Amino acid sequence: MDKPLTQHIKKDGTWLSLKEYEAVGGYQALKKALTLEPKEVTTIVTDSGLKGRGGAGFPTGSKWATVPMGADAPAIKYFIANADEMEPGSFKDRLLLEGNPHQLIEGILIGAYAIQARFSYIFLRWAYHQAAKAITQCIQEAYEAGYLGTPIAGSDFQLNLSLHTSVGRYICGEETALLNALEGKRANPRSKPPYPTVHGLFGKPTIVNNVETLCNVPLILTNGADWFMKLSKTGEGGTKLYGASGRVKRPGLWELPLGTSLREILEEHAGGMKDGYQFKGVLPGGGSTDFLTEEHLDVPMDYKSVSAVGSRLGTGTIIVLDDKTCPVGMVRNLEQFFAQESCGWCTPCREGLPWTTKLLDGLEKGTGKMEDLDILTFQTHYMAPGNTFCALAPGAMEPLQSALKLFKTDFDRHIHEHKCPWE
Amino acid sequence: MEPEHILSDTETAAIREIYRHFPEKSAACIEGLKVIQQHHRWVSDQAVRELAEILDMSPAAIDSVATYYSLIFRRPVGRNVIFLCDSVSCWIMGYDQIAACVKKQLAISYGETTSDDRYTLLTIPCLGTCDHAPAMIINEDLHRDLTTENVAAILNTYG
Repeated sequence: MDKPLTQHIKKDGTWLSLKEYEAVGGYQALKKALTLEPKEVTTIVTDSGLKGRGGAGFPTGSKWATVPMGADAPAIKYFIANADEMEPGSFKDRLLLEGNPHQLIEGILIGAYAIQARFSYIFLRWAYHQAAKAITQCIQEAYEAGYLGTPIAGSDFQLNLSLHTSVGRYICGEETALLNALEGKRANPRSKPPYPTVHGLFGKPTIVNNVETLCNVPLILTNGADWFMKLSKTGEGGTKLYGASGRVKRPGLWELPLGTSLREILEEHAGGMKDGYQFKGVLPGGGSTDFLTEEHLDVPMDYKSVSAVGSRLGTGTIIVLDDKTCPVGMVRNLEQFFAQESCGWCTPCREGLPWTTKLLDGLEKGTGKMEDLDILTFQTHYMAPGNTFCALAPGAMEPLQSALKLFKTDFDRHIHEHKCPWE
Repeated sequence: MEPEHILSDTETAAIREIYRHFPEKSAACIEGLKVIQQHHRWVSDQAVRELAEILDMSPAAIDSVATYYSLIFRRPVGRNVIFLCDSVSCWIMGYDQIAACVKKQLAISYGETTSDDRYTLLTIPCLGTCDHAPAMIINEDLHRDLTTENVAAILNTYG
């Protein structure tokens, strides 16, 4: 079982029906969880080392452990699956949503039991129409089979689950923005503290977890924390869905042990660079991570190791920059995305990102000056973590700050040659 | 001039059914806008006023939500809406050329609708299908691995 997360997903693009999922052991982990105390379930997930797969990498069990429990805890709590996959270059949750929604539903049920939530939502981005069909049908099957809506066999635990299809905006993936969207409001992030685990949806304790994170939960319950820990090549548990896009021979998505090296993913699985293209760098985990280059190819793709070389594992979906693509143009594309998707709530982000984009635009058009590079560097400090309301602008600065260092010569050439050298 | 009342009884009933599931009526605002758009393709000022009445909100409060979300249309759109991904992986894989092809064929730019009301052209952030870039959605259909050769034929299948 070297690909526990995706082993049952069919190649023909259809999803597993309830019967098919049950035939491969589906919903047995839930039944096992229901024989344990809620806190024991949280402890198992904590011991497994499972960290959030949506980008931030927060330990899942620790998050669950901060939800108020016991007789004095609020009667209403919510459990939410974040299926708003919108990080540029990321396409991993799509596979799990289209291929096996019951695995996600089981993960939600176990998580909801652990925090004793009665209501749950799957927050899905609009563009995933096939996933919406799959989830809708699987939710209905789960209601009909008595996993949802009624007390589950032999217990007094019951959960309602609804699908919410979003109407756009990248910021909805930020958990407090997501809560505002679910409440029918503008999706501006909320100030923290209070954290959603205490004061979340409609003011009630709420957990928001990424899809890939939750799909791991049934596996952990079935096979144990030690088993999960041993799946990885490093001290952080589990497998990871890694992807690669750009000019590689075989762009795609692979479930591999957490900590697989960047080199192995790019050379063995993605097949290396396309003929006629040279490797120049990567964004290792989506649009809001720092560039890595040749010297980092042997870095294990886990949370700690990627951080240690100055970037982030993020979503684990790698965007490859080749020698025939302009790095300044690539960063300009990213900054334009972040400027467009800024919610406009705080000044550094609302004003800074369009300013950044405008400067990069000038460089691409050949009107850039050397002092523009100083202003861009200033921007990366001005929008650094702690200076903005949420993580959007600091995330936007990651590809920029690393590009300014790693591809300095390329930035300079735009200014000296008064045009984009790749044009 | 817009007609006096544009939301049908069916739409109104659908919206009322949604807010019953929430602790407060205003929580149904986005869902209400979605219902309206499903039936009218876009959300007019009159529709905003009527939704405001149903949800006990001010039209301005409704509009602040409606204008926040990129997939709620406050201007009319054509019969087919093209969402061309302009994010990083598609950009690397040739988005610029695809965009030029589409704009040339339809003779419109972003945010515009063809004079026969057949197509509206918009961009959309990363569609999460980056291993098959460049990509676009037309209405609800995903089209991947676009080339300057195949994009014209795809557009033509939408009447």
